[in-house]
Amino acid sequence: MLFPQPHRPSTPARVVITGAGIVTALGCGWAPNAAGLRAGRTAVRRVTLFDVSRQRARTAGEVELPRGLPASKLAARQAARISRANRMLLLAADEAWRQAGWEPSEYLPLVLGTTAGGMSLGEDFFRQARSAPRRYRGQAVRTLHYQSHLQARVLAEAFGCQGPLTVVADACATGATALGTAWELLRWGRAERVLAGGYDEIVQLVFAGFDSLQALSPTVCRPFDSGRDGLTLGEGASVMALETLGHARRRHAEILGEIVGYGTSIDLHHLTQPHPRGDAALQAMERACASAGLLPANVDYLNAHGTGTALNDSAEAAAINRWGGNHAATLPVSSTKGSFGHTLGGAGAIEAVVCLMALREQWLPPEPTLQDPDPACTFPVVREPTDARLEVALSNSFGFGGVNASLILRRWR
Amino acid sequence: MSRVLVVGLGAVSPAGWGVPAFRDAVGRGNALPTTALPRPGWTKPLAIRPVPECQPPPAWSRHPRLRRCSAVTSQAVGAAHEALQQAAPVARTRLGVIVCLQGGSVHYTSRFFDEVLKEPAVASPILFPETVLAAPASHVATVLPNVLRVETLLGDPGTFLQGLAFAAEWLLDDQVDCALVIGSEEANWLLADGLWVMDHRSVMAGGAGALCLTREFEAPAGQTSGLRSPTATIELARITDAFTYSRRLDRAHAARQMRAAMPAGAGFLLCDGLQDCPRTDAPEAAAWHDWTGPRLSPKRVLGEGLMAASAWQCVAACDALATGSFPGALVSVVGCNQQAIGACFTTGRPQ
Repeated sequence: MLFPQPHRPSTPARVVITGAGIVTALGCGWAPNAAGLRAGRTAVRRVTLFDVSRQRARTAGEVELPRGLPASKLAARQAARISRANRMLLLAADEAWRQAGWEPSEYLPLVLGTTAGGMSLGEDFFRQARSAPRRYRGQAVRTLHYQSHLQARVLAEAFGCQGPLTVVADACATGATALGTAWELLRWGRAERVLAGGYDEIVQLVFAGFDSLQALSPTVCRPFDSGRDGLTLGEGASVMALETLGHARRRHAEILGEIVGYGTSIDLHHLTQPHPRGDAALQAMERACASAGLLPANVDYLNAHGTGTALNDSAEAAAINRWGGNHAATLPVSSTKGSFGHTLGGAGAIEAVVCLMALREQWLPPEPTLQDPDPACTFPVVREPTDARLEVALSNSFGFGGVNASLILRRWR
Repeated sequence: MSRVLVVGLGAVSPAGWGVPAFRDAVGRGNALPTTALPRPGWTKPLAIRPVPECQPPPAWSRHPRLRRCSAVTSQAVGAAHEALQQAAPVARTRLGVIVCLQGGSVHYTSRFFDEVLKEPAVASPILFPETVLAAPASHVATVLPNVLRVETLLGDPGTFLQGLAFAAEWLLDDQVDCALVIGSEEANWLLADGLWVMDHRSVMAGGAGALCLTREFEAPAGQTSGLRSPTATIELARITDAFTYSRRLDRAHAARQMRAAMPAGAGFLLCDGLQDCPRTDAPEAAAWHDWTGPRLSPKRVLGEGLMAASAWQCVAACDALATGSFPGALVSVVGCNQQAIGACFTTGRPQ
């Protein structure tokens, strides 16, 4: 049963990562993403998924999806019905699943984060309902599969798993809150392993929405640059196979890293704007550190939310300066959104995997688009691919609505 | 382990704003009249049960954040305020908010997308932020005091019960002292059309329901308990597993497994999700076919409120327990496309 829990552990379990999958505009999988980031590549191009000729911004980080889906337990009919978002989610989950070496299970909780789910199908439903209201062909499938919990069901079916499905929607922080929620489930003893991550596809509604707010860059996304003029949207997915340390050890699994801290807070300053001093961002970082039993001085790299908008980056810079204190002056910080765009519901999970890559392979992800760092940043922004000795990395994710989340990952050796 | 108590209830429904209007309608047991909602391109309108306007407008509706908010948000705030008023003494402490949605702000979303299709360059920047699924929770947190943690959960109606389980864990983990779980939906033509595609007999309803939970109040020596709510001794006794549908576990099997996981208490009340739609109801009706005890079916009266409806079921169960007529109540949710899940609430003296 979900509540009350029969055996609540007296001390929280340690949570380790045994599988990680990633899909971004840089490529499908760990290897192309790590190579792309290490080479300082950007994968932003003109949008091809829908007409952007009348928009202010016209570029995004689109994913080039392979033609087929990975082999799974899905029936061909099921596979044919799923959205683009679901395809990215399946690809990322397949990579994590195979890396973890997991087997189908009668109890495997799934925790996913998304902002729009399969909205491309929702858009198709709307177009048909308006243009051909008496034509219902395909509408039932669209009604079902645009819903995010159906995408979670598809994932569970693909791997032959049963168990509770949880979908969190904390806007652009939701990839991180999904991992954080999974982390809590494992610490509370509600499960021994959880498949968790975040995903989103680029859809016209969301693209036009950010464009209407003039939040999209008409030039190049340059987080923490003094001349930054907005974000670039991206799409993608990332999934982690998380398990308790005890469970991983019992099955002699290869451990890739550990999630040691998670902090969340709420910024009620404005629906779409952060508090200028970054109060909630500071709280999220402080709470993550407290849950990890770490100080800012213990953090070796910070993957910032860093959207490239004037308001986010100045508030986040203020928060990092306050949180880091003297340590901020030497703390390497970067945002990887310049490389593959802001992947919204995927961002928190994708950037957690970027941190895991950095910890595993001992390098700092750069910001290839940065030209002139904002003087508000007292910290060094990583501009070039750099080798480094890293033990602990912190990843920030902040969302519309004000949910802020920070995750702390530790190198495993 | 500390018990988790229900200390406040809130309901916004086609019967009106507040638990009393909801209680009266469900108690009478007669299906409320429907309203015709025009469907673009059709001469025959959709039948829905919308939420009536709140007259006079409540004081909270003048909050600047709520000027342009969606119906999902205003209904969620209405239910949250009512639940917190009952729980006033504990609600001044650290508060957590979980908002559960299936459709979300569909009205603004469809309106904004309509503008995008006509001319994306002039689509309204005022509408777009309200389409974000996290917006209702953000607005709720803004108008309530001392909110520390906020979450938005998506899913079918069973997700409201998952939300209760998460809230209970937050309480037991000492992250918050009081947790509000809210389910809210709006009756929009697009949602009603989608529902009509799945079951022609289903009637879409708007509304919201909220439960306020806290750990069992432990007053310092010499102080009396601050809990004045009539529901103060209602305990969240159990949330069953979420029996997720799959090719191996259809709705009927999942409903039976959920029923088997529920406690069998003598004299308990059953709050089910039946709505007089034989095809949709069949799995749940079969799972409870041998139930001979008292039963409440709020959706028969109010309609298919999706996440709001499962919240209403919980509100109806706890409200009935507050009368002292039953020792416990079971809530059965056989969701439309995700899961079957159940909850058990019991009454008892504070320990």
